[in-house]
Amino acid sequence: MRRLLLQALMQGPMTEAPPAADATSLEHLARKLSEAGRLRLGRSLSIREVDAGSCNGCELEIHALSNPYYDLERFGLRFVASPRHADVLLVTGPVSNNMKMALERTWQATPAPKWMVALGDCAAGCGVFQESAACAGGVAAVLPVDLAIKGCPPSPTEILKGLLALLEENASAR
Amino acid sequence: MPPISGLLRRREPVPNHRPWPRFEVDAEAWREAAVALRDGVVVLTGLWADQDRVHMALAAPDLSAPTVITLGCPERKYPSVAALHPPALRLERVIRELHKLEPEDLPDKRPWLSHGEPYPFLPVEGESLHQIPVGPVHAGIIEPGHFRFTALGETVVRLEERLGYTHKGTEVLMQGADLARAAKLAGRVSGDSTVAYGWALAAAAEAALNVAPPPRALHLRAIMAELERIANHLGDIGAVCNDCSFVIMLAHCSALRETVLRAAAAAFGHRLMMDRILPGGVAADIDAAGVKAIRDVLRAISAKFPHLTRIYDRTDSLEDRTVGTGTLSAALAQGFGAGGFVGRASGRRADARWRPGYPPYDALGIEPVVLTAGDVDARVRVRIAEVQQSLVLVGRLLDTLPAGSISVALPETNEVEGAALIEGFRGDVFVWLRLGADGKVARCHLRDPSWFQWPLLEAAIEGNIVADFPVCNKSFNCSYSGQDL
Repeated sequence: MRRLLLQALMQGPMTEAPPAADATSLEHLARKLSEAGRLRLGRSLSIREVDAGSCNGCELEIHALSNPYYDLERFGLRFVASPRHADVLLVTGPVSNNMKMALERTWQATPAPKWMVALGDCAAGCGVFQESAACAGGVAAVLPVDLAIKGCPPSPTEILKGLLALLEENASAR
Repeated sequence: MPPISGLLRRREPVPNHRPWPRFEVDAEAWREAAVALRDGVVVLTGLWADQDRVHMALAAPDLSAPTVITLGCPERKYPSVAALHPPALRLERVIRELHKLEPEDLPDKRPWLSHGEPYPFLPVEGESLHQIPVGPVHAGIIEPGHFRFTALGETVVRLEERLGYTHKGTEVLMQGADLARAAKLAGRVSGDSTVAYGWALAAAAEAALNVAPPPRALHLRAIMAELERIANHLGDIGAVCNDCSFVIMLAHCSALRETVLRAAAAAFGHRLMMDRILPGGVAADIDAAGVKAIRDVLRAISAKFPHLTRIYDRTDSLEDRTVGTGTLSAALAQGFGAGGFVGRASGRRADARWRPGYPPYDALGIEPVVLTAGDVDARVRVRIAEVQQSLVLVGRLLDTLPAGSISVALPETNEVEGAALIEGFRGDVFVWLRLGADGKVARCHLRDPSWFQWPLLEAAIEGNIVADFPVCNKSFNCSYSGQDL
């Protein structure tokens, strides 16, 4: 293990330069973010991830955000274990009927100011399960959505762009 | 020769079912098959309903010679298999609730995938017991499911799972879909196994239509399947160690996993390789840059991975958490026909690439990696060995990549049936497909390996401490979406 740690010191970090925030998301968010939230949260957001019926493809790419290449926490973004600690709900999946109540309760348990991000085509309302009678057909059919990050699944870079847009809009308005 | 040839004697298989035979049987033969399952003569590889019929896929204990038997249920009832053979239980609960066929003498009639009604958990009685309800929304970034622990102090005396939260009606959406849409849906049954599902659906369709994809397409499918296996194994080896609070393994394994996904994106145009396999072949060919990206990543992982496995081997505090934890008995693994590393870490010698086998693996000589300890450590070690095996396999597949086309046109054949067993990273994925008169999908059943692994997690956790559940759960890594459909 000593050798591995030394190597890591010698070779420098794997972490890559961040992508620019998504411009279209920024414009969209400017209208959505409330003044109170901007003042309170600054350059830091706590994210609670909720799988509302995804195929787990989106979860794999959300996990990838924490690997050394993307290192999400350097931006002040971190995943938290409870909605009580969260500013953002990051929701995946078409909202299956069986997850609808759990999602609503998780949203209710999140203290304001709070934002809802729909991640992936299913959550954004344009996935392959859209017309299923067993699903609501996206997060917006159940709760208000502030930001949608499309893709099946969106790559970690695309997710990062969307989340950075949320963060920058939040901080620039201070 | 089918393993239950005795009860099928003098019967003729139905026409237009490929590649394995399907027999129409009477209730008596159906019961005999259930007895054969109970006695371990055969293993269950699938049990599903189609209109007013139930189908059951059986195979020899080593997965060879799969056979489908069918029982007509004009009165919408049939003899329950689960009454004799518990691994069929959850499948039959679904047949009962979603297909409205009544398995007679079904031991548990609670709905499984349909929520909405209050769900009575199994009663627990005894002094000083307490219950811990967990989920469906978990603390980590994982899929939703509910776990009801009953504990005596710190020790789990019973775990009862309640799943179905991600039920999306996938099999209903399949009905009436053309093959292109069916392939898209199959690729989203369980995102981590999208290649395995894409391949299984394509193989079932090709069997039904009696066409063979070109050799180059088969090689490309196998390269994708092995990359998927390597990526998932790397991610989960790291995650199991992380659940033992040994973070350095996760950091390094997740970085290696990322390099595999990037190579996959460079070679095939999608990090998880979704929608790359289509009935008839593959969606896009690989170019020289793609081959180089894969070879580079094989070389890099082959150089780094041994350092990581050495750390796993030499860290006593880590092995203290994994050795002897979450032990699954060989008898249960075999009885449930547990696929993948869950079965193979408990002595079950089964791998669909080996038996029944399919091209291009039949020419490569696959040997299943089998260990016998059955604990978290054994499941990690099987996966470590499979990473090493797959690294070699991808290299050989690239060395021997045939030239030629990457897909064949599909004939307009109607009213045919096909089946396939494809080894995903988690175990054998079974797909059964019936094409209707219009050439569209009339019925498609997709059976995730998790169906036969989830119940075993309930057994493996018994007697362990509650705090070890995350590491046991991760070492199984069953798919929620795959079994919820």
